Amino acid sequence: MAYLEGANLVAAYGVVPILHECSVEVEKGELAVIVGPNGAGKSTVMRVLLGMLEATSGSVTLEGKDISMLSTQDRISKGLAFVPQTKNVFPSMTVEENLQMGGFIRKDDISKTIEEVYSLFPILHEKRKQLAEELSGGQRQQVAFGRAMMTKPSVMLLDEPTAGVSPIVMDEIFSNILDVRNAGMAVLMVEQNAQQALNIADKGYVLVSGRNEHTGTGRELINDPEVRKKFLGG
Amino acid sequence: MSDSIDIINAFALLTNFVLLPALSYGSQLALGALAVTLVYSILRFSNFAQGDSMAFGTMIVILLTGFMIGNGWTVTGIPTALLVIPIAIIGTSIYMLTIDRLVYRHYRRIKAKQNIVGITASIGVMFITGGIVRFILGATPQRFEDGERFIFSVREFKAFTGLEQGIALKTSQFLTITIAFLLVAFLFYFLQKTKTGKAMRAYSDNQELALLSGIDPDKVVQITWLLVAALTTIAGALYGLDKGFAPQQYHLLLLPIFASVIVGGIGSPLGAIAGAFLVSFSEVLLTYAYKKFLIYLLPLSMHPKSLVQLIGTEYKYAISFVILVTVLLIRPTGLFKGKVIVGE
Repeated sequence: MAYLEGANLVAAYGVVPILHECSVEVEKGELAVIVGPNGAGKSTVMRVLLGMLEATSGSVTLEGKDISMLSTQDRISKGLAFVPQTKNVFPSMTVEENLQMGGFIRKDDISKTIEEVYSLFPILHEKRKQLAEELSGGQRQQVAFGRAMMTKPSVMLLDEPTAGVSPIVMDEIFSNILDVRNAGMAVLMVEQNAQQALNIADKGYVLVSGRNEHTGTGRELINDPEVRKKFLGG
Repeated sequence: MSDSIDIINAFALLTNFVLLPALSYGSQLALGALAVTLVYSILRFSNFAQGDSMAFGTMIVILLTGFMIGNGWTVTGIPTALLVIPIAIIGTSIYMLTIDRLVYRHYRRIKAKQNIVGITASIGVMFITGGIVRFILGATPQRFEDGERFIFSVREFKAFTGLEQGIALKTSQFLTITIAFLLVAFLFYFLQKTKTGKAMRAYSDNQELALLSGIDPDKVVQITWLLVAALTTIAGALYGLDKGFAPQQYHLLLLPIFASVIVGGIGSPLGAIAGAFLVSFSEVLLTYAYKKFLIYLLPLSMHPKSLVQLIGTEYKYAISFVILVTVLLIRPTGLFKGKVIVGE
């Protein structure tokens, strides 16, 4: 059984069905990527895993324990962390305050974790007194990662971390993600830039209309002619 | 008689009738405006019940003051109202938390379009609160100030300085300015430095991310109401000590308070304070009769015959209204670049 596993998830927004028996899983130290066309339910998978949307059936397990009934906050204290696609920082707070808020639920001393985030993203240490809204897109994304890492999570969920950034910043963000994975976390990421994402992924899921259409290692999916034709533009 | 003495007299006059009244009125408005700002930032609606809530808090102060004086529990030199403010804050907090539970929480739960729904609900709360105050205390104006009226009076000041014009510092003015300053300092320290204060700012910045960070929204809302109750009660009590209590007067305070909030930039605490002083100084400066002031400064031939009052005091609320409209037309974000309300 994988470290984090969403099995046979079925979910709907009101009466509109989104997910049909969709399954994803990710191991520690592994980067799994969910790709697929718009409206495939990629972000919905994340919301269900986090408990922000209730699944009508299926289960979410962490280390083999069912966490389907837990609230979002309880899942966060169990080790899940989430970086939303947009609005993923507190804009009118400083970089350091953003990190402090990330560690809000921790009762122990968080200063060491803040130092760890700074050593992973040195630019944030330099800008720690600056407001998050004053930072560039890439730096803000680092704040968002840093905030999510403050709970010392074992799983990091990323919703389209490269949406709307330039190719250079995209490379920077992907390299940050690999750093996070190499630090031993399980990383599950939803991504629009399918080609680039699958390139660095250990595992990939192609989602279509809320169903698993293709599953494999990143390399397998890139080399699959059908996936190439349909989703990677030939 | 030398000219420089005339100039000093002229400014003593201005200090007594413009500077001190405007400073204390501005402080009272600032506290009310901060309460509105807190509710707007955290609960995301403009609280139309602010003026009447101030009347509610003051009502408790008045009732408790009467009780204390009736039992002879007073301290010489200090207004009894000041002593009972902490208990009144508890009373107002309970009232506000109850209202939140009965009215506002429902709209948060169903995730209503919060500003417009909140405004509409708060207008209802405004009428109910105003009704409760009139039911319990009646609508007639009353004063509840006791103890020493002045820190120093006009006569003492004149005897001390030998000036023709005196300055009086009323106890209520001194208390207003000092308490407002301390309270604002505490509020800023709380919001900037404490974990709870930062959590409130985080919640105001980005509700969903605050939730994802494990910040409990119910707790944030409760603490907000406690702070709002403290600001509201103190603002109301200080205003009442200064100018007397009348439910209608408090109800009308909504206009200068909203003008302050919007001039400063809605959602900005610093802006609310700056806006409050801008409004109070405009009101006092425009309604003051400058005749005596000018007589001191101008040669005899140019002495004014009229009162030299720009606007009659009965129009003072119009000043807030004009400021409000002008800001919304010219700079909707306010002086401190707050959020624009339209399109929320």
